Amino acid sequence: MMEILGHLADGFLLSLQPLNLMLIIIGVTLGLFIGAMPGLGSVNGVAILLPITFLVPPASAIIFLAAIYYGAMYGGAISSITLGIPGASTAVATTFDGRPLAMKGRASLALVTAAIASFVGGTVSNVLFTAFAPPLATVALNFGPPEIFALMLLAFATFVGLGGDDIPKTIFSICFGLVLAAVGFDEISGEPRLVFFGISGFLHGINFLVLAIGVYGIGEMLWTLDSTRGKITSTAATFSVKGVVEDAKEGMRRGWKGTAIGSLLGFFVGILPAAGATPGSLMSYGVAKMVARKPQEFGQGHPSGVAAPEAANNSASTGAMLPMLTLGIPGSPTTAILLGGMVIWGLTPGPRLFTDQTEFVWGLIGSFYISNFFALLINLAFIPLFIWMLRMPFTILAPMIFVLSVVGGYAATQDMHDVWLMLFFGLGAFFLRKLDYPLAPAVLAIVLGPIAEPTLRQSLLLSSGDATIFITRPIAGPITIIAIILILLPVFQLIRKKMKGDKAPAEMS
Amino acid sequence: MGITRRLMMGLSFAATMAVGVFGANMPAFAWEPVKPIDFVIMAGAGGGADQIARFIQSVAEKHKMSPRPLVPNNKGGGSGAEALIALKGASDPDHTILVTLNSFFTTPLRQPNLGIDIQTFTPVQMMGVDPFVLWVHKDSGITTFEDWVAKVKADDGNYVMGGTGKGQEDSIVVAWMEKNYGLKIKYIPYKGGGAVAKDLAGQQIMASVNNPSEAKGFFEAGDVVPLIAFSDERLPNLPDTRTVKELGKDFSYYNQRAVVGAPGMVDDAAAFYQDLFTKIYNTSEWQDYMKSESLEPLPMDPGQQKAYWATQVERHKELFKEMGE
Amino acid sequence: MRRAEIITAGVLALLSIYMMWKSTDLDVGYISGEGPGGGAWPFWLAAVMLVCTGVIAVNWARRTSPPSQSTEPLLDSYGIRMLVLVGGGITGFIALTHIISMYGAMFVFLIYYLRVMGQHTWRLTMAIATLTPAIFFYFFEALMRITLPKGMRFLDPIFNALSALIY
Repeated sequence: MMEILGHLADGFLLSLQPLNLMLIIIGVTLGLFIGAMPGLGSVNGVAILLPITFLVPPASAIIFLAAIYYGAMYGGAISSITLGIPGASTAVATTFDGRPLAMKGRASLALVTAAIASFVGGTVSNVLFTAFAPPLATVALNFGPPEIFALMLLAFATFVGLGGDDIPKTIFSICFGLVLAAVGFDEISGEPRLVFFGISGFLHGINFLVLAIGVYGIGEMLWTLDSTRGKITSTAATFSVKGVVEDAKEGMRRGWKGTAIGSLLGFFVGILPAAGATPGSLMSYGVAKMVARKPQEFGQGHPSGVAAPEAANNSASTGAMLPMLTLGIPGSPTTAILLGGMVIWGLTPGPRLFTDQTEFVWGLIGSFYISNFFALLINLAFIPLFIWMLRMPFTILAPMIFVLSVVGGYAATQDMHDVWLMLFFGLGAFFLRKLDYPLAPAVLAIVLGPIAEPTLRQSLLLSSGDATIFITRPIAGPITIIAIILILLPVFQLIRKKMKGDKAPAEMS
Repeated sequence: MGITRRLMMGLSFAATMAVGVFGANMPAFAWEPVKPIDFVIMAGAGGGADQIARFIQSVAEKHKMSPRPLVPNNKGGGSGAEALIALKGASDPDHTILVTLNSFFTTPLRQPNLGIDIQTFTPVQMMGVDPFVLWVHKDSGITTFEDWVAKVKADDGNYVMGGTGKGQEDSIVVAWMEKNYGLKIKYIPYKGGGAVAKDLAGQQIMASVNNPSEAKGFFEAGDVVPLIAFSDERLPNLPDTRTVKELGKDFSYYNQRAVVGAPGMVDDAAAFYQDLFTKIYNTSEWQDYMKSESLEPLPMDPGQQKAYWATQVERHKELFKEMGE
Repeated sequence: MRRAEIITAGVLALLSIYMMWKSTDLDVGYISGEGPGGGAWPFWLAAVMLVCTGVIAVNWARRTSPPSQSTEPLLDSYGIRMLVLVGGGITGFIALTHIISMYGAMFVFLIYYLRVMGQHTWRLTMAIATLTPAIFFYFFEALMRITLPKGMRFLDPIFNALSALIY
């Protein structure tokens, strides 16, 4: 243990060298804007800046990339809160409460809470990482397809309560998202599938961002313009230094539970190679809502609903480094690119990296701590800018959001086909929203579907079609059972309510 | 301790070399790119082909070899069908190039309705070929290919292997083994070679046919054991692993790592890219990469590349026929 | 809104049927010893979608869901005007992208929205409409190395000159 702390101290010193510190600050700032741009996420930042890092020594380069990675994770929350568009799949859940807070004029509370929760999440997972990295890697290896599928089931279960009041419309929305997730290519049979009308643009599937930007960036905006009769001039966002301090206190007081849940849950889901940060942040939101004293406040603008997914996605993104560093397996597309970077620098990620290249590993982990801290400071420093943006007249903010949506829709896949598809989803979402169809479940489903379906079918191939594999495996079993109980819980409650309702029919809701 | 310094020295040495060789006398070309080059990758982000493409891009960037940047563009949909369609319909073929795998041959064969004729593409450079090796987990206790064949036979259809999907490179090798050794294997498709290697290390599957680069980390840690290589000669990084040729079977299988240009590229542009990628091929970075990732060189001029494509298409036709597809 | 509810349910039912039909390209059954076929996942989920639209229709007939009780129109005259002006504007933006590039289309769209819809001054309109594409161009092409659509080939000389400037 002392040895580890010694290495870590070396890592701190390494990242505090003037050149490295400067790179951290530049990296975090760049990452923040890349993450805040809908359609771009840490994966773009890291991919694009990889070649640039040849200008500096490898250790500094990887520190720079880690800083971009952290900055982008913080930045994702910014577009979710200020624009209502999740800039990355990891920030979807942040819109659920972040956007309502911003609409109520509490954008600064949401942004401050997100920043603090991100910092705590990042720090908690850094500590867990420092202490337990090698043993946790073994845990990650024990997660095969049945375990990952059970986990997806659990993720869905935590979201049962998220839909609207109209049950058939909620179920429709979930299934719609899951079918869209299946478009393009069937991994198991190796055949193209659901290539609608033979249009080749469907071959690469439907990126989550195309649906999310369509629904939130276009559909939701049209709905706002319609329902406010265009009278909305600007949101009443305010900013003052004193206000930020107050917001920080309130965010911590009301968001601590979400932060705690997100930090831990995010880390453990993040270390699983197939899962990554997105399911982690979704599940944290669901669990935070479940354990809240007043769950009905979630979705209306509760700080815990911002804190949970933000703590989780930061925590998970550190966690996702674990399979990469210890096993050489990317936990997310971003780490996949970082992995490529390490190969370029002549490092072999894998089980021996921790023992053979301790200086590099601990230097990197040390830079995580430092990057995380600077990401918090830089993020807080930029809050006035984002608040100022929100205060712009709506006739300026709205076209900017539309421009960002179109550009973001293109940047995600670099295909104009997806921009048209996004417009189609946006217009459809506008009408469906008016008719009380909840659309968040569809967005969640398109994120989880591409993980759930292949793992389900891989598991059944493993077991020769025997579905009990999800119950009989030692890790998958308990997860599956908890998930099934959670899914059935509302049904039981409904039955109980019905029975009670028969006795007291006069009760008004 | 010394790793970063050593690396730094290595890199700066390489940089000096490169400046000496390429920087000083850049020959003037009849054609040079005037806009960013669309560098299409026939696979999704993060996979083996993607890593190679980004490595190539990084090397080009580092030595400032091209006046306009190579902009990576992942188009992995439909086993690469998306990338082939994109190249065929490229609005500016002179600025569109593609990093290919064997799906360059197999996808047009399996999906003839795409209407892709790969002979219309422009040959640029063969960067190397990636061999395949059969791996098992060390806890299985199997150390020789013969033991493995016996074990698979004994399991009678319940032996589980992972791979990247039906019709993909590794599945062709698995199908070949099934046919030539009378085996029955349960084959689980995964998203990429990395996921396969990880699930082998975690013993979710019993064996895999992976490129050495994908299994390298686990091999060095001793988690996985190579049984047999599907290369022509023994691999320098795995000198103790026999090849199937040594067992008297005339079979070898490689994944190509080649760069091709869009159909209809003008000759001067093709000459520019051929020269650019020859330079990249000759850098110490690429040579080191080939060595450490067990890629084998297969140098060819553009004419030979076209002939190679034709033989590969014929070869895959036969392989598919043998597999009963 | 009552009429819209049943029409939407009908359209979604058709969509579900189309998806089910499209799924049958692959095996939608349960292959013994292997699990569900390649089309099973989308096929059965689309079937659930179809059932849901059926339930929505029943709720409509029984007038149990809020939209089926509503007597308001789905879109009043204001709503239609908004949808045509804003939705049409975005559609035009995307269509123009194919012709005069993402940057050019952005410029036109911003002028349209700021000046025509927002009634802002020409000075503000032009400032935002020129600055935004310029910033996007630098951010995407130079910094992020992501190329946005450049429209038809007649714009090539302009963009090539700009490329020479930033690389």
